[in-house]
Amino acid sequence: MAKSKKTPVDRRNFLKGAVGGAAALAVDTGAAEAQRAEPARSAATPLMAKESDPGPLSKAEVLTEGRSGSDYMVDVLQSLGFEYVCANPGSSFRALHESLINYGGNKPELITCCHEESSVAMAHGYSKIEGKPACVFAHGTVGLQHASMAIYNAFCDRAPVYMIIGNTIDATMRRPGAEWDHSVQDAVAMVRDFVKWDDLPISLAHFGESAVRAYKIAMTAPTLPVVVVADSELQERPVPEGERLRVPKLTLTAPPQGDSGAVAEAARLLVGAESPVLIADRAARTPAGLKLLIELAETLQASVVNQMGRMNFPTRHPLNQTERSRAAIANADVILGLEVADFWGAVNSMRDQLHRTSRLIAKPDAKLITITAGDLFTKSNYQDFQRYPEVDVAIAADAEATLASLIEACKRLITSDRKRAFEERGRKLAELHQEALDKARTEATYGWDASPISTARLYTELWAQIQGQDWSLVSDAAFSSGWPLRLWNFDKHYQYIGGSGGAGIGYGAPAAVGAALANRKHGRLSVNVQNDGDLMYAPGILWTAAHHRIPLLSLMHNNRAYHMEMMHLQRMANRHQRGIDRTGIGVTLNDPNIDYAQIGRGMGVHAEGPIADPKDLGPAIGRALAVVRSGEPALIDVVTQPR
Amino acid sequence: MRFSILFAMASALLAQAPGSAPKAGAAPSGNAQNGKKLFVRDGCYQCHGLQGQGGAAGPRIGPRPIAFAAFTMYVRQPSGQMPPYTSKVVSDQELADIHAFLASLPQPPPVKSIPALNQ
Ligand code: HEC
Repeated sequence: MAKSKKTPVDRRNFLKGAVGGAAALAVDTGAAEAQRAEPARSAATPLMAKESDPGPLSKAEVLTEGRSGSDYMVDVLQSLGFEYVCANPGSSFRALHESLINYGGNKPELITCCHEESSVAMAHGYSKIEGKPACVFAHGTVGLQHASMAIYNAFCDRAPVYMIIGNTIDATMRRPGAEWDHSVQDAVAMVRDFVKWDDLPISLAHFGESAVRAYKIAMTAPTLPVVVVADSELQERPVPEGERLRVPKLTLTAPPQGDSGAVAEAARLLVGAESPVLIADRAARTPAGLKLLIELAETLQASVVNQMGRMNFPTRHPLNQTERSRAAIANADVILGLEVADFWGAVNSMRDQLHRTSRLIAKPDAKLITITAGDLFTKSNYQDFQRYPEVDVAIAADAEATLASLIEACKRLITSDRKRAFEERGRKLAELHQEALDKARTEATYGWDASPISTARLYTELWAQIQGQDWSLVSDAAFSSGWPLRLWNFDKHYQYIGGSGGAGIGYGAPAAVGAALANRKHGRLSVNVQNDGDLMYAPGILWTAAHHRIPLLSLMHNNRAYHMEMMHLQRMANRHQRGIDRTGIGVTLNDPNIDYAQIGRGMGVHAEGPIADPKDLGPAIGRALAVVRSGEPALIDVVTQPR
Repeated sequence: MRFSILFAMASALLAQAPGSAPKAGAAPSGNAQNGKKLFVRDGCYQCHGLQGQGGAAGPRIGPRPIAFAAFTMYVRQPSGQMPPYTSKVVSDQELADIHAFLASLPQPPPVKSIPALNQ
C-alpha cells in the first residue's frame, strides 16, 4: 500500500498513544522510519515503550481528523442506492461503521445481525424481493468465515449480495493480538470459488472504482455475490489534503439477450411442437419476467412447469402443469428450459438405491432448448453447475431479457391453423390443470385432524387468514411438501422467492427476515413457515427482527428433527438390513423438546405455542397476525408432521 | 448441513409406482394398534406421514392401502425410491399389523367442508 507521507495524524502514532499511555505526542517522522528499517528484534524488546518516546514536545499531537477515508466510502455506498447494511459489528470496519452512522446519518440503515451468516442470508432474501442488493459489512477473517456458507447459497441461487469486508493489510499498522488474528493476506481467497468478483483496493480512488464496478458486476446476469475489501488504514486515515475524490458513475449493464438466429430456431421448434413444455426455474428475475412468461405460454398455449426458483408463473394459471410435471415432460416433443439450474435433472430421474441408475424421462427424440445466463459464467471447483445436459439448442443469455424477442419470433410463425391447434391444446391443458388442483385439494384433507399437525393443514389454516391481503410467502416450501404452491393462488412476483440455492441449512430464518424487511415499505404481509432445524443455526435473527421492527409472521414447521437427514439414515439402515428403529440417533431435536415460543419471547418476539392440536392453530394465527399488522414480528410454534 | 431435495417427488413417484401383481394367499390378520407403533418405529411415518397421508417424500398409503400381497411385495422390493424392508428387519406379521393400521385410518373430511380449500 502506498503510504509515503508520514504525517503527525498517522494512525500509527494514534495507536502508539493509545497503547503507550498518557504521553501520546507527535513522533519525529524520521525516527519512525528508522525504527521501521530496523532488523527484527527479539520478542523481549519493549517495542511500545520505545516507540512511545514522545520526542521533542514541540506541539500537541493531532489526535482527530476531519474527513476520513471511510467517509468517502460511505459517499460511494450511498451513491449505489443501498437501503440497508446488514452487519455484525467488527473492529476491522469500525471507521466505516462510524462514518455510516454519523457522517452518513445511518443511510443506508444499519441492521444489527447476530451472526454474519444471518447478515448475508438477510441480504440474500432482501435481494429477491427488491431486485437489488443489500450491503453487508463483515470482518475479512472471522466474519467472512461465518458468512461463507450463506455466500455459497446466494451464489448457487444467483442472488446479488454485496459485501464490504474489513482487513488490515499493512503488517506494521496492526495492533498486537486480535488485529493480527483478524488480518489476512488474501481475505477473499476463502470464498473466491463462489463469488463473481472481488477486489482489494489500495487507494480511495481505487476503492471508489472497485465498489461501483462490484455493484455493476453483481447486477449483471447471472447476478451473483461480490466482495470488496476495505483496508482499515484506507478507512481510518484522513483523506489526503488536496486529493480530489469523486464517486464514479454507475451504469448497469443491459442483460445479455439470446442470439437472434438461435432464438428463431427455438421459436420454430416451439411453434411446430404438438406438446411443448416450458420449464422455468430462476427465469423471472423481476416482475417483468413473470408477465413475459405468461405471454409466451399463452402465445403458444404451452404447458408450464414451474420449478419455483423464483415466482415465474401463476400457480392457478390454466397452463400451469407443475402438479403433473412428470407426465407433461414425458409427453413433450419440445422442452424449453428457462434459467433451469439442473436441466439434466429436469428431464432425467435418478434412483437412490444401492446401484444408482438413471433414466431419461423425456422422449428420446424430444427437442431440448435451454436459455440460461448460467452458460455465461461457470466456475470449476464447486459443482453447482449440475450434470451436463445434452440439448439441441443452447442459448447463453438471460432468459428474462430474451423472452420478448422469443415471443415476437413465435408470433411471426403462428399461422391460423397453428392457432386453432393451440387453442384446442390450451383447453385440454386447462382441464388437466383443474383436475390436478382438485386432486391436490383432496390430498390435503388426509391427516386433516392429525396431531402433530399436517403441513397441508398448516398452510390451509394460514391461507384462510391471509388470502385477500397483500401477502408474500418468504420461505421455501420444499420441506413441507410444496403445499402452498399446490394450494394457494400465487400471481405476483413478490409472493414467492424460491429457496436457498445451495441447500445450506440456516438460510431460511434470516432470508425470511431480509425479505420481510424489503416488503415492509410496501406494506406487505410477510409470512414464513420456519423449519426448526434451520432456526437453530442462528436464532438471534429473531432478535434482529424484533429490534428493527420487521413485521413477519413465522409459523414453526417443528417436526423436531433434522428430518431430511433422518430419512437418509433410514435409507442406509434399510440397505444394511439393521437397526431400522434406531435412525433417530443424531438427527432428532427432542428430549428436551425445544420451546420455540420461549426462544421467541426471549428475543422480544410475540410468540405462542407449542401448538399440536390443529383446532388451536387458526385462533393463534389470528392473534399473531394482529401483532404483525401492528408492525412487529410474531412466531407460533406449530408441532407438525415430518413433511 | 446438506440435504437432497425430494420436493415434487411425490407426484413424480406415483407416476412410476409399482404395478406389482398381488401374491396368492390371504393376508395374515393384523393388529392395528401394534401396526401404529411399528409404523413409527420402523420409520414408515418419516416419508408417508404419521397417518400415511403422504407428501413430497412418499405417496399417501392410507386409509385404503393396496392389497396386502402387493403391499408386502412393494415394501420388500421397491421399484422406485423407497428403501427396501427385507424380512430380516420386518416380519410378514409386522407388515400385516402395519397394513391393518393403515386400513383403520379415518376417512378425511370432504374438500367442500373446508372453505379455505375452495378458495
Ligand atoms: C425414505 C422414505 C420412505 C420410507 C422410510 C418408507 N417409504 Fe414407502 N414409499 C416411499 C416412496 C418414495 C414411495 C413411492 C414409490 C417409490 O418411489 O418407491 C413409497 C411407496 C410405498 C408403497 C406403495 C404405494 C402404492 O400405492 O403403490 C407402500 C405400500 C409403502 N411405500 C409402504 C411403506 C411402509 C409400510 C413403510 C415402512 C415399513 C415405508 N413405506 C417406508 C418412501 C418411503
